[in-house]
Amino acid sequence: MNDRIEKRIELKAPVSRVWRALTDYREFGQWFRVELDGPFVPGEVSRGHITHPGYEHVKWEAVVEKMEPEQLFSFTWPHPKSLDKVDIAVDYSQEPKTLVEFRLQKTATGTLLLVTESGFDQLPGDRRLEAFRRNEGGWTQQMKNIENHVAAS
Amino acid sequence: MSQRRSSRAAKRRPRAPVFAALGDEVRLSLIAKLCAGRPYSISQLTQGTGLTRQAITKHLRVLESVGIVHGVPRGRESLFEFDPKPMEETKKYLNFVSEQWDQALSRLKSFLED
Repeated sequence: MNDRIEKRIELKAPVSRVWRALTDYREFGQWFRVELDGPFVPGEVSRGHITHPGYEHVKWEAVVEKMEPEQLFSFTWPHPKSLDKVDIAVDYSQEPKTLVEFRLQKTATGTLLLVTESGFDQLPGDRRLEAFRRNEGGWTQQMKNIENHVAAS
Repeated sequence: MSQRRSSRAAKRRPRAPVFAALGDEVRLSLIAKLCAGRPYSISQLTQGTGLTRQAITKHLRVLESVGIVHGVPRGRESLFEFDPKPMEETKKYLNFVSEQWDQALSRLKSFLED
């Protein structure tokens, strides 16, 4: 269950405003701390570089998946093995990728924003690794889960 | 951002080899046995698997190479022991990504509301 990260946040701004903050590449860049070369286009690669202090050497490279106005914005992006200057990869194409989805819902006071990042189980190796990442129960329990899973398959 | 330095240190060890090492049923079952906490000999680990000692040894070496298990010399033979550290690092990585989202979304909130 914890192969994904899920966040929800209430924003006191109309859905249309939140949508713009997410999908206008300049606005996105401001709060996400990335300088993007150009607008987001579904199916296309978005490039730029991180402006977060200490991470300016890190490139931004994502593939925009969906842009359903005021509802869903999603992209996939790589998870480099390391963000250290010495061993940062020049080519991200071989790095494992996760899917980031922003979902917007209108509320009485503004917008509910749901963010999920999933696909950590697609990092090289095997889907069953998910069990290792569950926070509950400690390692012994995790191992039991794996054992049962292996026994069942 | 004060946790950032330690988080970065935690990220230094590449995770992918750990994932790859675990992407095998035999190795997962070895881990399942070893994680009980006590060291096992190769013969004990071979028992009931239907595999040869050599095959089990090979799998143990893969796990050893990513640091999930390590050998402890005991008399004439080597025992193998589980080391959860690399997998804890994997969990730390998820926590690290999760923290980054918390920070990014709080910046989004200020961006929209201030």
